[in-house]
Amino acid sequence: MKALSKTAGDVGFYGTVAFFVVMTTFPFYWMVITSLKSNSDLYNVTNIPFWFNEAPTLEHFKYLFEQTLFTRWLWNSLVIGLCVTAITLVTAVPAGYSLARMSGRSAESLGIGIFLTYLVPPTLLFLPLSRIIAELGLQNSMWSLVVVYPTFTIPFCTWLLMGFFKAIPPEIEEAAIVDGCSLFGAFIKMVIPLSVPAILTVIIFTFTLTLQEFVYALTFVSAADQKPITLGVTTDLVRGDVFFWGEIMAGALIASIPVAIAYNLFLDRFISGITGGAVK
Amino acid sequence: MVDIAAPVTAKSASRFRFIMDRREVLGSVLVAPAVLYVLLLVGLPFLLAVYYSVSAYSIYNPSWRFVGLTNFVQIVHNPEFLHTLGNTFLFTFGSQALGLVLGKFGAFLLLRPFPGRRIVRALIILPWAVPIALSTVAWQWMFDSLYSVINWSLIAAGIITREDAPNWLGTPHLAMLCIIVVNAWRFFPFAIVIFLAGITSVPQDVIDAATVDGAGFWRRNYQIIMPMILPIVAIGLIFGIVFTFTDLSIVLLLTNGGPVGTTSVLGFEGYQVGIVSGDVAHGAAISLFMLPVLFVVVIGMLRFIRRREI
Repeated sequence: MKALSKTAGDVGFYGTVAFFVVMTTFPFYWMVITSLKSNSDLYNVTNIPFWFNEAPTLEHFKYLFEQTLFTRWLWNSLVIGLCVTAITLVTAVPAGYSLARMSGRSAESLGIGIFLTYLVPPTLLFLPLSRIIAELGLQNSMWSLVVVYPTFTIPFCTWLLMGFFKAIPPEIEEAAIVDGCSLFGAFIKMVIPLSVPAILTVIIFTFTLTLQEFVYALTFVSAADQKPITLGVTTDLVRGDVFFWGEIMAGALIASIPVAIAYNLFLDRFISGITGGAVK
Repeated sequence: MVDIAAPVTAKSASRFRFIMDRREVLGSVLVAPAVLYVLLLVGLPFLLAVYYSVSAYSIYNPSWRFVGLTNFVQIVHNPEFLHTLGNTFLFTFGSQALGLVLGKFGAFLLLRPFPGRRIVRALIILPWAVPIALSTVAWQWMFDSLYSVINWSLIAAGIITREDAPNWLGTPHLAMLCIIVVNAWRFFPFAIVIFLAGITSVPQDVIDAATVDGAGFWRRNYQIIMPMILPIVAIGLIFGIVFTFTDLSIVLLLTNGGPVGTTSVLGFEGYQVGIVSGDVAHGAAISLFMLPVLFVVVIGMLRFIRRREI
């Protein structure tokens, strides 16, 4: 009797787990299946939508790469990601270190202040920023995003790195200073090599944050060949009222995969980054 | 000559080094670029947004004429705006409530060790990891008026007929439901991760002690674990509320504010007025309506966390 109720409990448990997994993954399954179906299969309401009624095809992917600006968008996103990562590293690594080592209330408030700017929403800033972008002569260019994206990657990564640097014992730098290093030299020669994992995390997150961004890209860039991948796939594959669903889903799928993998690998660091001081 | 000049340069170099070796100086130098960047491209635009909202600025007529609170008065007297404001609250708190319930439930599932737990966790995290604009278009396709897979399943199950199949994104209340569900779907994995991080941070001996003292599952859960993880849940909720209250992408891609403005939210309205119509002053004023709510949420939560910690 007890074994029976345990089996029933197990069935309930795994059933609920399965329900959660189906709920979270179905839209992505839907991307896969849509991107591989032929159009005649896709646009037939009598067909079973969950599986192939006709042979799967790569025509949507072929069209995407050959007839649209998809590769150009991929390239734009790569360039934007690399430039923003460079800007973020150059500013956030020293700032995070400085905030971790400076003591006193002002450093603490400065740290919290920088973190809070991460919460300032793009929908509040896009209007004035679009005027600033125009003043800089960057309207309708992907370089406007290179300028603007660090406004949220720098605060986030500074906060992330601050937590990391706090965990490195100051004795390491003190020993180097005793050996004749300057304070700055100790930071470069001793602390940076120890922070490679943290810097790697910052690179990954900066990249994924730039890929996820949509609002600034939408408001600053309207030229098709300047769009980053997320914007291009969601806004540029619609002709008038006609949605190219096969191509849209194929593009969304390709752009989703690297972000999904990166997130899963670095999830724990991300969480400890944003919850920061709340858990001791 | 040479042996006179040499010590001088060495001295100035050492003075420079001396200054750079003072902790406060080096600290300020290192933090300066980040602070400057943020001041120039967050602080300055923010002030600019405030100024736009009290000016008559538009793309076609970039005038800096000060008009006082006229823009705000006009906005508040527009019944459609009040509707937008209501929508924003409904969208935010509806999806956060749904997300929290699903998140808490999911966290309890993932707390128990079982084969394949890592894979399940990786799959459950997907909605939050994948760029929201991309998953939103997948949802848009699933809600399609003609080829909706949801409708197909309902018809196949015999629940509805093809004639009365709902047009999810074209019916006012259903469209609102759709954007709430999609946003909850996007945020609940984040809630799961936050709950898990909180629960695993509770020391096992505290839970054991409570068990020994006779606390049952619910009592342990609601009187021991929940109070201990509240600060971390509060942080997660700040993120959820702030990002949902100011969201634009889900509404823009899924319903475009429609049908007839019934799913319009503040972020979307600010975009429509400020960017699409080019009325920068009114757009900025609409966006600024987010600010008091955000202030209340962030300050309230921060105070709450601080009180917990003492």
